[in-house]
Amino acid sequence: MAGTDRIAEPWGARRPYGPGETWPERVDTHLAEGVSPEDVDRWVQTASLLHSNGDAMDIAVKDGRIVGVRGRAADRVNHGRLGVKDLYGWQANSAPDRLTRPLIREGGRLVETDWDTAMNRIVQRTQELLEEQGPSAIGFYTTGQLFAEEYYTLGVVAHGGLGTNHVDGNTRLCTATAAAALKASFASDGQPGSYTDVDHADVIALYGHNVAETQSVLWMRMLDRLAGPNPPKIICVDPRPTEVARHAALHLAPLPGTNVALMNGLLHEIVANDWVDHAYIEAHTVGFEELAKRVQDYPPEVVAEICDVPADQIREAASILGHAERLLSTVLQGFYQSNQATAAAVQVNNINIIRGMLGKPGCGILQMNGQPTAENTRECGADGDMPAFRNWTNDAHVKDLAKVWNVDPMDIPHYSPPTHVMQMMRYAEDGSIRMLWVSGTNPAVSLPELPRIRSILQQERLFLVVQDIFLSETAQLADVVLPAATWGEKTGTFTNVDRTVHLSEKAVDPPGEAKADLEIFIDYAHRLGLKDKDGEPLVKWHDAESAFEAWKECSRGRPCDYTGLTFEKLRGGSGIQWPCNDEHPDGTERLYEDGKFFSAPDYCESYGRDLVTGAPLDETEYKALNPSGKAILKAAAYVPAHELPSEDFPFILITGRTLYHFHTRTKTGRTPELQAAAPDVWVEISEADAAVVGISEGDLLEVASPRGSLQAKARITRIRKGVVFVPFHYGYWDTEGGHEPDGAGRAANELTITDWDACSKQPIFKTAAVSVKRTTGGIR
Amino acid sequence: MKIGLALEELHRSEAELARELLKISERHKVDHEVFHLARDLAGWSQRHVREIAEIAKHYGQDLDPDAGTKRGPVDALVEKGSELAGHLKSPGLLLLRDVREVYIKAAGVSVDWELLAQAAQGIKHKDLLDLAKRNHPDTLRQMRWANSKLKESATQILVS
Repeated sequence: MAGTDRIAEPWGARRPYGPGETWPERVDTHLAEGVSPEDVDRWVQTASLLHSNGDAMDIAVKDGRIVGVRGRAADRVNHGRLGVKDLYGWQANSAPDRLTRPLIREGGRLVETDWDTAMNRIVQRTQELLEEQGPSAIGFYTTGQLFAEEYYTLGVVAHGGLGTNHVDGNTRLCTATAAAALKASFASDGQPGSYTDVDHADVIALYGHNVAETQSVLWMRMLDRLAGPNPPKIICVDPRPTEVARHAALHLAPLPGTNVALMNGLLHEIVANDWVDHAYIEAHTVGFEELAKRVQDYPPEVVAEICDVPADQIREAASILGHAERLLSTVLQGFYQSNQATAAAVQVNNINIIRGMLGKPGCGILQMNGQPTAENTRECGADGDMPAFRNWTNDAHVKDLAKVWNVDPMDIPHYSPPTHVMQMMRYAEDGSIRMLWVSGTNPAVSLPELPRIRSILQQERLFLVVQDIFLSETAQLADVVLPAATWGEKTGTFTNVDRTVHLSEKAVDPPGEAKADLEIFIDYAHRLGLKDKDGEPLVKWHDAESAFEAWKECSRGRPCDYTGLTFEKLRGGSGIQWPCNDEHPDGTERLYEDGKFFSAPDYCESYGRDLVTGAPLDETEYKALNPSGKAILKAAAYVPAHELPSEDFPFILITGRTLYHFHTRTKTGRTPELQAAAPDVWVEISEADAAVVGISEGDLLEVASPRGSLQAKARITRIRKGVVFVPFHYGYWDTEGGHEPDGAGRAANELTITDWDACSKQPIFKTAAVSVKRTTGGIR
Repeated sequence: MKIGLALEELHRSEAELARELLKISERHKVDHEVFHLARDLAGWSQRHVREIAEIAKHYGQDLDPDAGTKRGPVDALVEKGSELAGHLKSPGLLLLRDVREVYIKAAGVSVDWELLAQAAQGIKHKDLLDLAKRNHPDTLRQMRWANSKLKESATQILVS
């Protein structure tokens, strides 16, 4: 790809292919200026950490420094391609402002110190709190960007060692609904589909999934199918005129917050026209009758009214879905971060289930992730789930886990679901969580309603530990800051959306005294003296490979079975999809090929939750559904969003990811090409609304909600009327304010509402009411 | 026949549940899930109240269809008592007490639906039975929500 400006052409050149063919290779490479491939000392295997696609690549090392990357042609995920963030983002590893020494707060300021002092301060505070209050005083908030071994270790330390129930990941913001929807439909987490379904599908339906920007290599795969013979039809559900929408056979742009109504409308048509696989339903599902009855209330005319989508478009979309022979459905934040998140995502599952389109080439569901290692946060028990998809309400599962950890079952909190991050913030607010350890995430920018979050994190009485690679907005508020190593500086594994496990090897040393997150967690456990029930150290591993071996044992016999994998097996070739065990030594491309699901009551991860109230079902209620081995069709009525536009706040705000930045720009904002491509926040508004408010392209706007405001320049697009979009990446670390606005705000989360899906507990970033007006002053 | 009385009692208990849910929503604004969901669930009870009032006309009862949205003198007294309790105890304990109250009120409504369904079957009034069949599951979901909220919140509140 030499010579191609990938900022200008982010998806690169086409390699067209037809249905059932193998996706042709295209090896993308980018090396630092002046470095040619012959100059490279070694290539070190890894995968992307700047999005969730799991693109395999090699890091080029010269003189002990990272000098570039090259896609791995042999890998099943990307066939050599790399996204624009991967090509350039590695440069941030050597940014001059990396954290290189631990910091502690002294006299109100963060000052450099050594590891002993920093760790002892954390250990001392931990012990005081355990003494005074017990483990309920301590919470851990991690990320979707550490490695499996690190999450597993954190889960063991927090749940099995300290005995706190307060462990969650920022995956709560990105992938909690994917997990919740899979648990609702299949009684266990576990992605049914595979990326190779793109190679076979004749219809690809993307629900709130702007794949072109969020997983650009998966989009290249779709683009190459679209450019080849017999291309698939694309259905795009998105209020924005995205790149996906431009390539779609049909683009539906519903009002934000009305996804369940839209899905019920599509299901209404599919059921009414009998485009369903009755034999499959009969053999492999429960709940069809109730679903059919529920969707009767949603004929296209009714739905058209709710969603502001023409009834004919709903009919046409349903007809395309209903006539698909190989239907691939994908879902992301347009559903997950919106009103009725889980209920809407479950209805997508329902379409594939009642059409019998699961477990066959081209017939799949991809409930996507937002982050590279989000799947591991879910699997390893660091995000409000038990490790290896164990069921926290099933005593036998807890007992089994206690055996793996060699602790008493009572030592593992399982009296209620693990605390989700929004609840943890509430506990920190009411003063009952008094120590919060944040690793690899930046809640001072990424959580909703930032004025509230800042006030919580700034409290004197909260002991805040932040483990990161840069002095993020959150780190600036910390009592102790621990400098961490990142991708390329440590070894471990991580797993992408379609269950592909990749090994990521250490290529270079971390800067200064920075340490791998795994090393930090193990050090904490040893300093605290955490023991198992025989008085041996609770954490029995010492490096990534020994941690991986421990995690494998924990996963044995569970849906995410890793026991057939080793570091050695993951070296050299392609990533491998779990379950990988004696029965499936080469991994498993698709789950549920035989129509058998992980839903037996004694095996399943979840007995389900009420899709509206979020209340967990108990074992008896679950057994009454008689779901053994079957998928569960769950119906849901449409319920309007909690915050609707009003006279004062007439627009609906949606926020989201964009192509050139990842999260709070800690890395991408320090990468010259990416930073130049999207240097500042913007507001997208429709032509019609811009005309009414009197806005021209590039005008400075003030966007305000009942909670806060920001200023940004206008981009007038064909986004649907009544809706404005703000990218969520922009915080304050590269502004005068440091951790907060200095004058006008710029973070989208100044505006968002504190509300979450009751079922998945995923915060709602896509239905806040805002006002928009032109402004002249107060520029940052 | 005492169907009218049963409907009147159900109407009273359902309206009270609706008001209780609205009350805890207002009082626990900082517990966002309680704030939002209690309002949503109050909406269910308000709908029930309207449907009960509608059908009750056939049984000689003139019941207020909007009773679930209004606050009566008894509520004000309860409110006063709650405020006093609020000063004495932590907000966490008040939350537990309030959600417990929702659970108990919903349990009462659930029993009232049972009674009505039994009567409807006895006199073979299909409309009445359908009303109970349609709405009683909502009440059970309200109970389950309150119960799960209690379980989820109790440990942190009681041990910290």
